[in-house]
Amino acid sequence: MPSFLDMGKYAAFVWPAYGISAVGIVAAALLTLRAYHRAKARLSAIERISK
Amino acid sequence: MFGYANPKRFMELSGHILPWLAALTAMLFVAGLYLSFAAPPDYQQGDTVRIMFVHVPAAWVAMLAYGFMALASLVGLVNRHPLADVAAKQAAPLGALFTALALITGSLWGRPMWGTYWQWDGRLTSFLLLLFLYFGYIALWNAIENEVRAAKAAAILALVGVVNLPIIEFSVQWWTTLHQGESIIRKGGPSISAVFLWPLFVMAAAYTLLFLTLLMVRMRTEILNRRARAAALGGAA
Repeated sequence: MPSFLDMGKYAAFVWPAYGISAVGIVAAALLTLRAYHRAKARLSAIERISK
Repeated sequence: MFGYANPKRFMELSGHILPWLAALTAMLFVAGLYLSFAAPPDYQQGDTVRIMFVHVPAAWVAMLAYGFMALASLVGLVNRHPLADVAAKQAAPLGALFTALALITGSLWGRPMWGTYWQWDGRLTSFLLLLFLYFGYIALWNAIENEVRAAKAAAILALVGVVNLPIIEFSVQWWTTLHQGESIIRKGGPSISAVFLWPLFVMAAAYTLLFLTLLMVRMRTEILNRRARAAALGGAA
């Protein structure tokens, strides 16, 4: 392990803090993008039908 | 001024800004994470000082998002501006996320440094209340079907809850607490060494821009969904 990744006796607190932050942020970004693309697809489908 | 902020104009403008904003956010995260791990361990806190770089920015954005939500709610109530309601509504889930992250990372920092994951003191309790305010706000939007009425009720809740922001801010001065007092914006300058201030600032900037990026995408989604609903109703008639 590279020395800058060695959290010594505090590894059990530092890594979960970064891990949970990363999971929360990545999940929020993915959900946000998925909802956006779904909304876009839905609107263009409706507009195609109504034309 | 609000004439420029109509949904159509917002879609054009945000469409231009978003790619740049997202790229800048990603770059700040790369730089911020590098600085966070390049910083030396603190002489007292050891490596747990690195938790600060994800805890403080999350807490900052959690409060920023609430302030933004309340301001947008006020504009929505007073000016009846539809984009303001959309902005307030879409800020809430993001605010709740950052509040939860601040609480979890704080508790992971508290255990090794204070000897406890949780303490019912002023700062921690008022911050938990912030999470419940977000939940209440989101629940209110979901409970009322009529969009105009939902916006109004939720806006009033958001404005009442604003009183919690100064309570969070000053809680560390008013009550005895385990949580440390101001250490960045204070008389006499920051009490934190520059090797920790830089990663903190860059991460705070990254979190702030991330909030703005996600908020913009969420507002665009909401506008598209409203257009789709309107188009579906128009098609059915």
